Amino acid sequence: MKKQEAIYNYALRLGDNSLVLGHRLAELCSKGPILEEDLALTNMALDHIGRAQAFLNYAAQVEAKNKTADDLAYKRGERSFYNNLIMELPDKDFASTIARQLIVSTFEYFLYTELMKSKDETIAAISAKAVKEVRYHLAHSSDWTCRLGEGTDLSHEKMQRAFNDVWMFTDELFEMNEVDEVLIKEGIAIDLNSIKPLWFNHVKEVIEEATLKLPETGYMQTGGRKGIHTEYLGHILSEMQYLQRAYPTAQW
Amino acid sequence: MVNTLHTKQDIFNILSFIPDPEIPVVSIKEMGMLRDVVLTDKGCEVIITPTYTGCPAMGMIEDDIKRVLKENGVSSVNVKLVYAPAWTTDWMTTEAKEKMRKYGIAPPTSSACNKLTSFSKNNLIKCPRCNSTHTELISMFGSTACKALYKCDSCKEPFEYFKCH
Repeated sequence: MKKQEAIYNYALRLGDNSLVLGHRLAELCSKGPILEEDLALTNMALDHIGRAQAFLNYAAQVEAKNKTADDLAYKRGERSFYNNLIMELPDKDFASTIARQLIVSTFEYFLYTELMKSKDETIAAISAKAVKEVRYHLAHSSDWTCRLGEGTDLSHEKMQRAFNDVWMFTDELFEMNEVDEVLIKEGIAIDLNSIKPLWFNHVKEVIEEATLKLPETGYMQTGGRKGIHTEYLGHILSEMQYLQRAYPTAQW
Repeated sequence: MVNTLHTKQDIFNILSFIPDPEIPVVSIKEMGMLRDVVLTDKGCEVIITPTYTGCPAMGMIEDDIKRVLKENGVSSVNVKLVYAPAWTTDWMTTEAKEKMRKYGIAPPTSSACNKLTSFSKNNLIKCPRCNSTHTELISMFGSTACKALYKCDSCKEPFEYFKCH
């Protein structure tokens, strides 16, 4: 694999993670448990969609096939999306949203902190902006994990169940393939194994502070890196891409 | 060619009056979003940076820049969005922070905010109305991504705090 193709794939992967999670968070608009949370979740959606736009713009530029970020977001099929499966999981209740947010924002915090040093200037610049935003997402999900874990018996139970359910999707965040191999050598990508212990320690610390138990590690789901997704991504895309598919080149 | 009548400083001066669409008492220059003006033989390039990557005001700011320059006889304007160096609230001028406070938004505190700490426990935010430090965080996210919601326990008024970034 050539360097240019690897950068395209890497930018796409970072963009897809942000886009799909941004879409999931945006779906919560008007469904937050309280007004302040409604605002918080949609603000975080906006951060993710902004970041997706930056990475997909860059992917389009690197690919040099005269495409735009919108083309990449709205005209690719499910099998050409490379986001991690955890991003596409539905929000069953507020606890499931918070558990996913804690796991993902901790991952993003350490990922973008390292990627700020990337030798690719664009990836480094977007990462430097992302890390400032993610810091707030992480504080938000850490605070809520503690509030719900230490709250009532019911909120404790729901929070524990949410972590147990999502745990099988955590290993995939650290999976690497040929793209990583090529770019690590160039100093562009980071070795995800290097941030795994940092991620684990922070998540463990918050879960334990919230008087919850760290879920047992068993079977781990995989597939996102190869474009193999859960049943949920197709439904996300059918809604997200509807307009551009039904009315190509429509603008507003 | 087009810009022989305008120097870089002239263009900066024209642009310095464009208000921030979300906090109209401060300008995009005072906010630190207006980064540079480059005169080329094709026209003029204005370089701006977003406060947050998803800042929805960027499109409006770009339109404002083009409109204001056109009104002042500067055509062939290209607006370029850059991410590096990443925008920080440290670029806001002291005057801008004071204007913001008078407008009812508590301005960002120090720059030493890039730490992995819990937001609510480590911040002492002054009420923009009565200056009391008996304030309480309601939510880390307010009406826009750049603000948090607080309430003042002294004057009992709710207010927004511009988060340090």
